[in-house]
Amino acid sequence: MVAVRLIPCLDVRDGRVVKGVRFRNHREMGDIVELAARYRDEGADELVFYDITASPQRRSVDVGWVEKVAAAIDIPFCVAGGIRDVDTARAVLHAGADKVSVNSPALERPALISELAEAFGSQCVVVGIDSIREGSHLRVRQYTGDPDNMVDPRRDTEHWVEEVQRLGAGEIVLNCMDSDGVRSGYDIDQLAHIRALCKVPLIASGGAGEEAHFLEVFQQADVDGALAATVFHSGQIAIPELKAWLAERRVVTRF
Amino acid sequence: MTIAVINSGGANLGSVVHALNRLGAESVLTRDAAEIRAAERVILPGVGAAAWAMNALREAGLVEVVRGLTQPVLGICLGLQLLFERSDEGDAECLGQIPGTVGKLAVDASLRLPHMGWNQLAWSDAGDPLARGLSGDEWFYFVHSFAAPVDHAVATSEHGQRFAAVVRRGNFAACQFHPEKSAAAGARLLANFLSS
Repeated sequence: MVAVRLIPCLDVRDGRVVKGVRFRNHREMGDIVELAARYRDEGADELVFYDITASPQRRSVDVGWVEKVAAAIDIPFCVAGGIRDVDTARAVLHAGADKVSVNSPALERPALISELAEAFGSQCVVVGIDSIREGSHLRVRQYTGDPDNMVDPRRDTEHWVEEVQRLGAGEIVLNCMDSDGVRSGYDIDQLAHIRALCKVPLIASGGAGEEAHFLEVFQQADVDGALAATVFHSGQIAIPELKAWLAERRVVTRF
Repeated sequence: MTIAVINSGGANLGSVVHALNRLGAESVLTRDAAEIRAAERVILPGVGAAAWAMNALREAGLVEVVRGLTQPVLGICLGLQLLFERSDEGDAECLGQIPGTVGKLAVDASLRLPHMGWNQLAWSDAGDPLARGLSGDEWFYFVHSFAAPVDHAVATSEHGQRFAAVVRRGNFAACQFHPEKSAAAGARLLANFLSS
């Protein structure tokens, strides 16, 4: 039986790892390769690197650090940020990334998803979705890496989830913006709602603050993986202990 | 030891080279027939669709080269599927080193496709050289939607159905998971291949 995945997310700016709360007030957390190796040793199941400045600045990811990470670690990792064409994705994948994640560029041009799926297979294509509550609706946001340039692409989250799967997404990371950075738990209602629309793996993002939040999201929203940053980066939650704690509660984990 | 990693044109082939480097083994990423024939070990990685990958091998003039190899060969992921006769993915004729047809994983609504993540193996032949030093409890990283039948499997895994996780026929062995991305367990399996 496939294990749930615990996925530390490393926000990258100018080749360094940073993490903001509600995407603001970034502070530097450390060297990418050192952090990647630390997480690999601790039993992280996968890593995601978001180059948070790439998309709003319309520049693509620097593959130098991708190559260094690939040489250092032997667990899968995904790279996101400014990948807006097949050539850039190829460079990132050839540098050793297992998957590329597209978010704002896919909203700019949805055909990008099918182009990537055709070139590399769906299993390499992750679509990141930033979703925010507007009254009773779930709405997508674009360019969330730069609060001053954030855009409302005028799409409902549900429709976008269905469309990206039709176009060939192999995995969806749903970042629930209302809970992101608040550390009061994943948005279980939203994730369970989207789970029902999702035939591909779904990764929860935004809101992890304590061990119980991981148990909730796996048990109640049936997600395939949970992404978190601050609780891991700060050392507040250690992955080996979290996995043992989840396993005691009958969540299938790798350890 | 000379190790040829066949450059089948797919994505992240570099990961296999990196994994071999971490084991202290030097390899060349190549589509040169003479270099592949002369290598002591050959790895056939692959990411992407079967029909596309077979076309790439055909264009590089490597189909007969791979079929004729007599040294230990390890297929990885799509590289495993290519060793079979056919794949339903694009209705592709494959290398035919192992009898059988690769088909789409049959999963019900509670399971996701692709089968993406860490899963365990059940070794039906724990004496296989690739199993050396593995207890059977290890986790390996899988990413695939198509899978091979279990008839020639030395280890199986399960996602909706049982499928071939490790196969062997003569000098051709292959794994459906990515040993190069499977942490310590994967490194052990690759080391086993190099010393087999």
